[in-house]
Amino acid sequence: MPSTFSRSSIDELNHLIDRYPTKQAVLLPALHLAQKEFGYLHHDALKAVAAFLDLSIDHVNGVATFYSMLRQKPSGTNVLRVCTNISCMLRGAYDVLRSFESELKLSPGESNDMFTLVEEECIAACSNAPAVLCGTSYFYNVTPDQVVSIVNDLRDNPQPEYEAMS
Amino acid sequence: MTTPIITAHLGNPDARTMTGYQALGGYQSLRKALKMQRKDIVAEVKTSNLRGRGGAGFPTGIKWGFISPDATDVVLVCNADESEPGTCKDRELIYWMPHQLIEGCLITAYALKAEKVFIYIRGEMMREYKVLMQAVQEATQAGFIGDNVLGSDTKIDLIVHRGAGAYICGEETALLNSIEGRRGEPRIKPPFPAVVGVFQKPTVVNNTETLSNIPHIIEHGGQWFADLGTERSGGLRIVCVSGHVNKPGIYEIPMTMTFRELIEDTCDGVWKNNQIKAVIPGGSSMPPLDVSELDVPIEFDALMSDERIKPVEVKPGVPFDLGGGRKLRTMAGSGGIVVMDHTTDVVSVCSRIIDFYHHESCGQCTPCREGTGWLSKVGKRLARGEGKPGDVDLLSTIAQGIAGNTICALGDAAAWPVLGFITKFREDFENKINNQPKRVS
Repeated sequence: MPSTFSRSSIDELNHLIDRYPTKQAVLLPALHLAQKEFGYLHHDALKAVAAFLDLSIDHVNGVATFYSMLRQKPSGTNVLRVCTNISCMLRGAYDVLRSFESELKLSPGESNDMFTLVEEECIAACSNAPAVLCGTSYFYNVTPDQVVSIVNDLRDNPQPEYEAMS
Repeated sequence: MTTPIITAHLGNPDARTMTGYQALGGYQSLRKALKMQRKDIVAEVKTSNLRGRGGAGFPTGIKWGFISPDATDVVLVCNADESEPGTCKDRELIYWMPHQLIEGCLITAYALKAEKVFIYIRGEMMREYKVLMQAVQEATQAGFIGDNVLGSDTKIDLIVHRGAGAYICGEETALLNSIEGRRGEPRIKPPFPAVVGVFQKPTVVNNTETLSNIPHIIEHGGQWFADLGTERSGGLRIVCVSGHVNKPGIYEIPMTMTFRELIEDTCDGVWKNNQIKAVIPGGSSMPPLDVSELDVPIEFDALMSDERIKPVEVKPGVPFDLGGGRKLRTMAGSGGIVVMDHTTDVVSVCSRIIDFYHHESCGQCTPCREGTGWLSKVGKRLARGEGKPGDVDLLSTIAQGIAGNTICALGDAAAWPVLGFITKFREDFENKINNQPKRVS
């Protein structure tokens, strides 16, 4: 899957190279851009990043695999991040997660075309627990019986992460 | 009810815009600061007794004082990588009051002669990133950010740097490595960031809530801020209350308030009229309090030293040694207060906390990488009711092997709550082992 950055990404990367003190420091923004453009960080995507920033592929791969949001496999259109950390757990997050699993027929970490289900660590929405995040949308105080309507809503109005941010 | 300082306009969408923020008096403190001597700004912040709100509670003015006045290439980094379980204040501050944070960053950058500012925002905060980028664009257009801030010869460039999912990047040296395009692995200290920080330059790392307070300190003076606080800790502070209370939320409170007052009055009590079992006082890495320990004020020094809080033990009657014979009670940490009612299975909560730190260990230090895995394995079987005799002491032994033996505090963050939960709730752990069904034939 040979990968080359689009003109607009190249412009953005060059702009960042001007602002950051080193080229290597542009790596995290570049990996975000690569994921946005190529869907996930396959080997050719990593090679494109390494070539652009004059870094070794090993360094780029080492960084890309360190961070949980950087993906080595394709995701669904919506990445559903269900928090199960303590504040959410105390208010029923595991029941919410089970509902998403049965509604989507996915286990945490699995994807289909439309959804990736992530059992997420604390998303800093503790006083609105249980909380679920998808792109720029938060769902607060979620109950298991709301899961069907959340899923339907996201099917009709998808929230791809990078599009939602721009 | 105390008048809030930095949360006064949370919930008001107008305050998010440049026009709305300026209508509330926004950026007047930056104008005032630019007319002040840099050393006078640092002095005001020292007078204010502002202490870092990220967790450690280190005095902000003293941290700034570590930067040499002759340094020319200082970098300011705002830590907006909020991810300590139970903590949900910085995200709200960015979402509702992005300009308050930017103004705090710009005043601080001016005071430290920093021409580069990085705001390291957590990757998952996509909504907040969008809001912050919009605000940075507005501030740049208004001439607050750029080569000539408000027409002066002060130059400040502000870069919003997105993380990509790693709790450890909230640790300041891991954060600096992450900005440099490396794996987020903490560095050995010393050298401290003030001497050798990001890109080898002198660097100050401050938390989002800490920096959001700066415009108000400049507006009203350091003494005003100090007077709002306790003897050694100025201002109000935000606590994030979650768990089994009727009114969870983020509240900006005086640090004389006790946990009991916060829970019963501010948060309208425990849900379902239940009793309290345990309270985590400052994010999941802090040892919990039991119901008898809630009359202590929510203040940095009190939580470390108040004798009403039982010291954490390694076994019954033997206190854990923090070094030099110092006892560990607990800490105010990040302000994440998690309330658990009497129906809570604290063993399962402890196990979930362990799993978090196991997941987030960067893998650099063996005691943390391996130890959190062992804790997780034993914690899980205890939580499932399949623990073996001796497992409670085993947990304690593993935790002691991690604490104090790692480059950064993540090892302590994993070990302390384990020791704390066992100290306060040993019976719950033992019952989980003793009440298992026994096959009799």
